[in-house]
Amino acid sequence: MRVLRRSVLGLLAAMGLAAPWATAAVASDVNAAVAANFTKVATDIAAAFEAATGNHVNLSFGATGALYIQTSQGGPFDVFLSADDKRTKTAIKDGFGVDGTDFTYAVGKVVLYSPTLDLTDGAAVLKANGFQHIGIADPKTAPYGAAAMAVLDRLGLTGAVSPKIVTGENITQTLQFIDTGNAELGFVALSQVVGKPATQVWLAPQDDYPAIRQNAVLLKHGEDNAAAKAFLDYLKGDAAAASITAAGYTLE
Amino acid sequence: MTLTDISSPVVLTTALAGVTTLLLLVLGTPIAWWLARTRTRWREPVAALVALPLVLPPTVIGFYLLIALGPNGPGGSIAGLWGARTLAFSFWGLVLGSILYSLPFMVQPIRVAFETVGEEPLEAAATLGAGRWQAFVRVAAPLARSGFFTGIILTFAHTVGEFGVVLMIGGNIPGHTKVLSIAIYDYVEQGEWLAAHFLSLGMVVFAFVVVTATMLLDRRFGRLTG
Repeated sequence: MRVLRRSVLGLLAAMGLAAPWATAAVASDVNAAVAANFTKVATDIAAAFEAATGNHVNLSFGATGALYIQTSQGGPFDVFLSADDKRTKTAIKDGFGVDGTDFTYAVGKVVLYSPTLDLTDGAAVLKANGFQHIGIADPKTAPYGAAAMAVLDRLGLTGAVSPKIVTGENITQTLQFIDTGNAELGFVALSQVVGKPATQVWLAPQDDYPAIRQNAVLLKHGEDNAAAKAFLDYLKGDAAAASITAAGYTLE
Repeated sequence: MTLTDISSPVVLTTALAGVTTLLLLVLGTPIAWWLARTRTRWREPVAALVALPLVLPPTVIGFYLLIALGPNGPGGSIAGLWGARTLAFSFWGLVLGSILYSLPFMVQPIRVAFETVGEEPLEAAATLGAGRWQAFVRVAAPLARSGFFTGIILTFAHTVGEFGVVLMIGGNIPGHTKVLSIAIYDYVEQGEWLAAHFLSLGMVVFAFVVVTATMLLDRRFGRLTG
């Protein structure tokens, strides 16, 4: 027990000593907080940006709500790629974001996805209600979850389907529930299931839910970081736009 | 924030920790007894297996459980008995996960207590005509009671504090799998800090009471047996 305690203390001391060096080493890098649904594309764009400029991007993925809370508590992020257009505005209003840097980098599409069911007519599958679990991202924190609830509401199925909802902490975890077969189907982002057979994916009608504008913003932490601004400019550029549309988003 | 929002996770967490502790007491005692007394060369590998959840990240346990509990794993076959497809997203799925996750917290203290009791009292009991079961119930178990108390308290507390495993296999269903730690995480994420504070402060008080109780018990038993 004493050995254990000593080694833990040693470890903490080492971390404390190591921390200042670590920050010094990454000063010219970009720390990006990225909504989980944008994981794949952000990774590609960051790699292309690195190849083009030599600046390194550290990507932190998570639920938009969680990332925003972390930012508001001094999270060391330079840019914030939200899954909605509310949190970026809140960030500016609350003094964490830089005024005027807020822009829509992608518009998300909600789909119903199942590796096992035929979803050619997704609405009919939902109405038939012959499943046990449907995965949805937490509607209170994840915009795709809120959009999924809007689609269910439009179909008049909120009451019938609600007892079968299993809530993923974010859109990535929701896909995990479906991919492991624990939930037969679920609402995810089109970007997560691009390339799957057409019968497994049902594109919810855009009129059924409010458009998911995904906005990015420069954060105060990155205000003096030229690489962070360059990354946001790169995100607005043609090369990034091609990756974004190819990945299942639209642009404004 | 309503009263149910607060009370439901508290009740659920207490039930989960209670059921897990009871089942682990039943499962863990024979394992601890065997580990304390066996002379086979398999002892250390089995002990390591039992201790594994101490070292593994909860996400690893959660990930494997998600697969094992699902329709492609053994959990799915079991769930099929009553027409369900998966053991994930259910109270009993969480119980299974918690048993795995808290196993070392029950087995370790009991094993150490049994080892401390040693051979002599059992040999004496045998000389006096006690059978093996009788020797266990009347001699070994009472002498090892501090180990049992520590195991029970640690298992209960550890299950209450569980987060990663539940996050991965629970599905956050109010009243079924939305335990305290998840509810707190939710409130923080949603910016409902009043509710988060309320529950978190409760957990701090609970943790303090548990640790103090363990220390007091330890001293009390130390005096009784020492």
